[in-house]
Amino acid sequence: MTTIELHDTKLAAEKLFQRKRIIGFGIPAVIAVYLTYIFFAFDLPGLAERANLDNAVTLASDSWSHKVHVTRDNRSGEITYAVEGERKGTYLDGMRPAWVSGDDVTTIDLGGDHVVRYLPDNRTEIDIPGFPLITAQAEGRIVTTNLPDDLPDWISATDRRVGITTPEGRITLTGARTEVFNYFPGWELFWFTLDSPYHGQSLGTILFGEQLDPVRGNIAGAVSDWWNNAMWRHKDVAWAIGETVLMAFLGTMGGAIIALPLAFLAAKRFSPVMLLRAATRRLFDFVRGVDALIWTVVLARAFGPGPLTGALAILITDTGTFGKIFSEALENVDQKQIEGVSSTGAKPLQRNRFGVIPQVVPVLLAQILYFLESNTRSATIIGAITGGGIGLMLTQAIQTQKDWEEVAYYIILIIAMVMFMDWFSGWLRGKLIGRKD
Amino acid sequence: MTGISLSSAAPTVDNIQSAYMAQVHRRRLYGGLTLLIFVILMVSGFTVADDRNAGGFWEGLHQIGDYPADVLSEAWEKRADLPALMVKYFPALVETINIAAVSTLIGAIGGLFLSLLGTRGLAKWPRLIPLFRRISDVMRAVPEIVIALVLIFVLGGGPVPAMIAIAIHTAGALAKLFSEVSENTDLKAVEGLTSTGATWSQKMLLGVLPQVAPNYVSYTLLRFEINIRASAILGFVGAGGLGYELRNSMAWGPGRFDEAAAIFILLFGTIVFFDQVSSRYRNRLTEGQGQ
Repeated sequence: MTTIELHDTKLAAEKLFQRKRIIGFGIPAVIAVYLTYIFFAFDLPGLAERANLDNAVTLASDSWSHKVHVTRDNRSGEITYAVEGERKGTYLDGMRPAWVSGDDVTTIDLGGDHVVRYLPDNRTEIDIPGFPLITAQAEGRIVTTNLPDDLPDWISATDRRVGITTPEGRITLTGARTEVFNYFPGWELFWFTLDSPYHGQSLGTILFGEQLDPVRGNIAGAVSDWWNNAMWRHKDVAWAIGETVLMAFLGTMGGAIIALPLAFLAAKRFSPVMLLRAATRRLFDFVRGVDALIWTVVLARAFGPGPLTGALAILITDTGTFGKIFSEALENVDQKQIEGVSSTGAKPLQRNRFGVIPQVVPVLLAQILYFLESNTRSATIIGAITGGGIGLMLTQAIQTQKDWEEVAYYIILIIAMVMFMDWFSGWLRGKLIGRKD
Repeated sequence: MTGISLSSAAPTVDNIQSAYMAQVHRRRLYGGLTLLIFVILMVSGFTVADDRNAGGFWEGLHQIGDYPADVLSEAWEKRADLPALMVKYFPALVETINIAAVSTLIGAIGGLFLSLLGTRGLAKWPRLIPLFRRISDVMRAVPEIVIALVLIFVLGGGPVPAMIAIAIHTAGALAKLFSEVSENTDLKAVEGLTSTGATWSQKMLLGVLPQVAPNYVSYTLLRFEINIRASAILGFVGAGGLGYELRNSMAWGPGRFDEAAAIFILLFGTIVFFDQVSSRYRNRLTEGQGQ
């Protein structure tokens, strides 16, 4: 090697280094610039104002706890006790929580020496440690209290409405009603609602104890009361999850069934007519490009909301995706096996059946099963749009902004459902085509 | 073995044949049964879905073209307005693409760390491998809509909830694909770097990343395609971008179908465009690797 060549090589090497260095610094710089642009385009500085931390606190605390309302109707003087303030969770007549006592004067012990007393004539006494005794009187639409003018920030008061928030519970007073909310950890009435004879019974009593309901056997009655629980709606939830999985199953399998013959038309090796091939491919591109969102919107107009619409939307989109994947797999088959089969005098259909299908089936099955799992997630989202399945229940529960423990329950179920489908499709793949590792 | 086959050479052919035929019959039976179960599942599943749907399949089938026809005919009447409408909705389109791009970027970075920390031989803390794997499993299992809806409640509508939701799912999904690739890396380069006293991040940056970069970039591009669709869908539940505009324009109903048509066209065009671009680059990346 002469000196000049060496010199050239050195120059080339230096140039290469230079370029690598520019790329090495350039890519992070471009990413940083882009993120800066996004920082302002998405208005992240303004996010702090829009973010509602109270919502976050409500969400975090309500998702694992429940509250019991003690409500006095100031017109009739009637006092009701209800879990989450819902009719479905109302205590039966003559029953009330153990922390409420007294007949003429109803004493509500919130714990931690916080006591609220409902006195006759719509008067209320609130005893909070470290704060003077609060008395309030509801008359018509006005609430009069003995509260001082400078209030701590956990009390808000006008002459129409007084709200007191303590670590032990919340109290609101208006002219029409006086309400106390007492918070407890856990998901209340998850198993049985208050009207069920099995509420508050231990598992042992239900399984082995004496018959609690004269009409029904213990286990059958308990299962039926749990299944028909009006508060948590276990039956509807199970149906909704079934619908979501059904959408994914029908969509994936239907898409695969339709895509397989079409893929033969799109593969160069099996479809000699150029025009037909191109047309099939454009069809695949079109249905894929339109996307499940638009298909859902269009199909919902024709079929109405429900799981069938979701299943068809997934089916149509997946036909495009599967068609593309399948035809690529078909182009890559080994010609030798087909030749071997045709040497035995096989007709075209038999050639495809015994020469081609066995080669592509593992690829196809792997893809189908992978999509089954990913479509379970899509079906959750599509369900929220088209109105079916667990996605709809979740959306409704979030939009009512009330039952965050139900939202938490649905989220846990959805994650469990997707992980189960992931495991199941992996297991099935292992059974059908053998494990990769 | 030899003794038996020698002594009973003649019947073996028959035996083999009958055994083979029995096997073939059994296989056919199992195959047929599997097919039958599958068909029953499909048919009954379809019937159940049809029952629980608001409108039936057969009643709806002939109406399937009505809505697109309405939209298209109205859009055709007002075709002069379409370019202006597309310009009007272009910022929404940019927002949708931005959501997808940022969440892919953040998700890929998160997936990179999760996969490196969860791969045997590469992990910084080998004892924590199962932990990082479970984390990425859970992140992968959460559908975007769950996080998006919760975050919309806390942060208000807009692109940020969608971005975070998609990024979390992307990180989990890419972590799995990435770790499949990084499991097959050649550890010699890492060993060489270890001998020079390189830190963990230097080993990853200089020893592992150059080997896996083409595959990682290819998977990230594929994810970007998926995320564009996801960000459009999440817009429909209130997370900004083109999906949000689509829902609004649909709520207006007839008379404003030209707006819906403009959004349909923008969305379709964007998805097809990014599909083509990314598949071209992915082909180039994977081809370059083979050489």
